[in-house]
Formats: sequence, structure tokens, C-alpha cells
Amino acid sequence: MAEGKKYHAIKVDIEKCFGCTHCVKACPTEAIRIKNGKAVIDDKRCVDCGNCKRVCPVDAFYIEQDDISQIENYKYRVALFPSVMIGQFPETISESQVYDGILKLGFTHVFEVEQPIQLLIDSIREYSEDHANEKPLISSFCPAIVRLVQMRYPALVDKVLPIKAPHDLAAHFAIEKLKEDGASVDEIGIFYITPCSAKMAAVKRPLGEKESIVNGIINMSEFFDKVMKAISPEPVHDSSGLRQNLSREGVMWSLTGGESETFHKRALAIDGIKNVVKILERLENEKLPDVSFLELRSCNQSCAGGILLSGNRFLTVERLKRRAKRYPNASEVLPAGNDFSALKEKIKAEKIEPEYIFQLDSDRAKALTKMDKVQRIICQLPGIDCGACGAPNCQALAEDIVQGKAKMSDCVFLQERWQKEGKISAKKAFSSLEKTWGKGRFEADCNKKGARNEGY
Amino acid sequence: MNLEYTFKVEGGNFSKAGVASSDVKKVLKKLNVGPKTIRRIVVSLYEAEINIIAHAYRGEILVKISENKVETTLKDSGPGIEDINKAMEEGYSTASPEVREMGFGAGMGLSNMNKNTDKLEITSEVGVGTTVKLMNWI
Repeated sequence: MAEGKKYHAIKVDIEKCFGCTHCVKACPTEAIRIKNGKAVIDDKRCVDCGNCKRVCPVDAFYIEQDDISQIENYKYRVALFPSVMIGQFPETISESQVYDGILKLGFTHVFEVEQPIQLLIDSIREYSEDHANEKPLISSFCPAIVRLVQMRYPALVDKVLPIKAPHDLAAHFAIEKLKEDGASVDEIGIFYITPCSAKMAAVKRPLGEKESIVNGIINMSEFFDKVMKAISPEPVHDSSGLRQNLSREGVMWSLTGGESETFHKRALAIDGIKNVVKILERLENEKLPDVSFLELRSCNQSCAGGILLSGNRFLTVERLKRRAKRYPNASEVLPAGNDFSALKEKIKAEKIEPEYIFQLDSDRAKALTKMDKVQRIICQLPGIDCGACGAPNCQALAEDIVQGKAKMSDCVFLQERWQKEGKISAKKAFSSLEKTWGKGRFEADCNKKGARNEGY
Repeated sequence: MNLEYTFKVEGGNFSKAGVASSDVKKVLKKLNVGPKTIRRIVVSLYEAEINIIAHAYRGEILVKISENKVETTLKDSGPGIEDINKAMEEGYSTASPEVREMGFGAGMGLSNMNKNTDKLEITSEVGVGTTVKLMNWI
């Protein structure tokens, strides 16, 4: 990345954040610290996976989005949404009612992302045939995973498929379709309804391409609410013609197994970022069996568990599975004889470059000295990983100290010990805690109640 | 400046295999060692670790990381190797049928180690144990 600060879709609402350790502990890249009583996200480490938002007891994380009124700037206003969105509507609401609701919001066209999925299936197959010796290839579907590989597994970046995400393909496909109807490109506004923060960040700060083709991006949870309100209880116009390119594989694509089951060779499907980390560790250590393709998704149950979906992920999956059965196979959907080579060319992405975020220093000798210091600091820390210092665990605090981002006295155990030994005053210890947790943090306040471990 | 790490290995405990190599990998990543070099070190260390688990009763691994190299000494108490040259041959194995059944003992361990290290030294005394020294430039 050439620019200094990286774009991220996830932000902290400092009015709502009261400073606890839920997000700090949940972040898979240890990107969050508490400073001055508020969560602070390290933009270099964040992969936009949304796990912080998922665990926040006060809903202090929000996801940026474009204002829906922006659609007014275009003559052709396309709502482009992944098929998974349909799965969260109650069963009593038909697909046609959902489409009708979306059109009532002011859109002129409705496209489901996975319509041209056969082109993606073919592209993946062709690439894997040409690069059989690089196996297993890693799917580029989930942007949180691609960023995770980029930072934590730089040795594996060459295995990431240089193929753009389905929404890019779908946007090109939608534009082609509208051009056939006589629209010119600058009259078309493509608005992507995103199921998660990672896809949003991928549109704003694309991976493996210069600029995304999407004109605006809309938060699915808010969009869902708007559509629900607009849905008519009366019988609506049958819009199944708009779904003539949709296929069984398309509906299943964003669910776990969606990609791997269409892959012609041995493939693995893994969901949940912690499970993905385990597999990537194995792959890096060359301890994976002979598989050719890895479908890796950050959320449990893949996009059905997306951070911006409203429904229960398992119910969403169930509805989509039943929906998929009503659609034809992908190979039957795209009209044969049409030349899609131009479209396929457009979804080729550039190779992903590694980012060495986790090294202690780019200078080997300095890194070695720092590592030695980290180990000596760890000997002094209690190892209970309480998070009261504002870092996720003692090891992370030790590294922060060595990098000049934290102090030994941030550790509450050391504060107590040093007070007992007469090395620091109680006042000094208290002011250290205030630096981490904020000035008002020690006053009684019934809103600061944290959250129970509810078992999920 | 040297970093030193020791690991204890228990013979027969396959479920714990790979602890040393994955810990060392984490450290090397922090030290900005190239991915290909890390891979060679991890693969050779893992093979050596597995050898102790598959053949010996117990062992100790000492990893020394300095600015330009990683030196690992794996010392075990075990049956020892009768013919080291023969053991280095690809496909030669003295692993028990039980070990082979678990997917190990294909006779590639030592040659794999040899391929992935810059210097490999094996000394062994039958009935006492084996010491393996691995060295990689980083």
C-alpha cells in the first residue's frame, strides 16, 4: 500500500465505547488496545473481519457506508446483493416480494451477485489447471482471509487466486446487461449491499486491483430494515425473470462448501477465522494432505454468519439450501455461444503482495535484541492474560513495551508488586491505570456492567 | 545476541509433535527471516522432532538463534542408529509397523532434513541415543 493510512470499514464509536476487553480479546490479529478508556484499532493490523463488533456488549463498533440517497445521481440504479441476503427474510416473504421492496426504495434494477457464477467456476478451474504445481490454491473469496494471509502468512500469498471477488464480476456482468438495453456506463450506478465489513473494505481499498467498479456500498443490516418496511403484504408482480441467470451453485456460493463443491479436484472448505488460522499454520508447515483448493471463510457458516446479517446463521443456511434446489445448475443458465472472454479478462486480479506487519524490526540485529527483551519482560509479567493493561495478553503487552507503545507499569500485577516494594506510590499506580482506562473509569456507573459469558 | 529455547520431547507422543517447530517458526517470523528459509528450518526441525517421538524414549531440543544462523541440537535417549549412512538413504526406515500405520516412518526423515539444512551432523551410540545437529543460515 502506497498511502500512509489504510482504509478500514470498522470504526469505534467513542461515545458508546466504555472500555472493556471483549474486542481486545476477540481480535484475531491482536489489533485492538484500550487507551484512555476507549478501544483503538491499529489500522496496520486490522483485517476488517468484524469479530470485535460481534462481541461488543454495547454495540460500539459501526460500519461505514455510503448514503443510500447517492443513488439519485444515476439514471440506472442497480442494487447488487449477494444471494445470502434472501436467506434472512422470514419464510412467509417471497423472493418476488423482496425484489419488489428493493425497487420501492428507488432502485431501477436488482441483481444478485452470483448470477454469472459459472464464469467464476470456469476461471478458478482454468487457473488451477495452469498452476497445478502451486497447489493448494487459496480462494480469494473472503477479503478478511486474504488480508490475514497477506500479513500473517506472507509465504503463502502466491497461493491466493488472482481472481477478483464475485461482486466485481457481478458488477461487470450487470453493466454489460444494462448496456445491451441501451444504457451508457456513466448513467449506471452500481450499489453493492455488503454482508460484512471485510467486503466493504475490499471495495473501498481493493485487493489486487486499482479501483473497484462499484459506485457505492450499503450496509446490509440497515438495508434489510429498509426493505422489510417497503415490502408489500399484497401480491406483487412476479419478478422471476430477473433471476433467470441465477443457479443452484450461485445460491450456495457464499455458504460453506459453495466454492469447494464445484471444484473438480480435492478441496477443503473451512469457516471461522480461528479454524482458518489452524489450517494456514499446517499449510505453512507443509503438513496438509494433498489438496488442490482451500475455500477459507472468516465467519462461521460463511456469509450466512456475516456481521451485517440480521437472521440466525443456521436458519439462513437452511432457507438458502431449500432455495437452491429450485434453481437449475449453473452450466445450464448462462446462454451457450455467448462470448464471455472479455468478462473473464476483467476479473483477473493482480498478485497479492505480502505485508510484514508482525516482525519486531526490519533490521535483524535489532529484532533479535527486541525479542530477547520481550522474553525477559514476559518473565516479570503474571501470565494471566487479564487484559487490564489494555493489551489482549501478557505476550502482546511485552511486545508493545519493547516497541515503545506501552510501559511495564501498565501491568496491574507489577503495579501492586512495585507498591509493596516501595518502588512506586499508590498515586502513580492509579494514574497509570487512568491512562489506560480513562479518568472517569473508576467512578460508580451502572452502565459499565460488562457482559456475561453466555456460552456463545 | 543469542536467543535460546529448549523443548522436551516424549517418545511415542505423536499428538504433541510439532510443538518445537511451530514455536520456532513464530520467533523467526518476528525476526523478519525470509519465508523460504523459515520453511526449510521448520521442515527439518519437525522431521528431527518426529524421529525422537517415533524411535527414542525421550529427548531434548535446544534451539539457538543468532543474527545469521539457527543452530538446533536434538539429543535423545534411545536405541541409537546402527548405520547412519544407510539411515540417510531415501526410503530406508526402521520404524515399527505401529508408527508406519500412523503415517510416519516412510524413510524420508533424514534425507528431508539433509535437503533442508545447510549443515547436518548426526552422532549416535547404539543402545544409548542419538544427537542431531542442524544448522541453517538465516
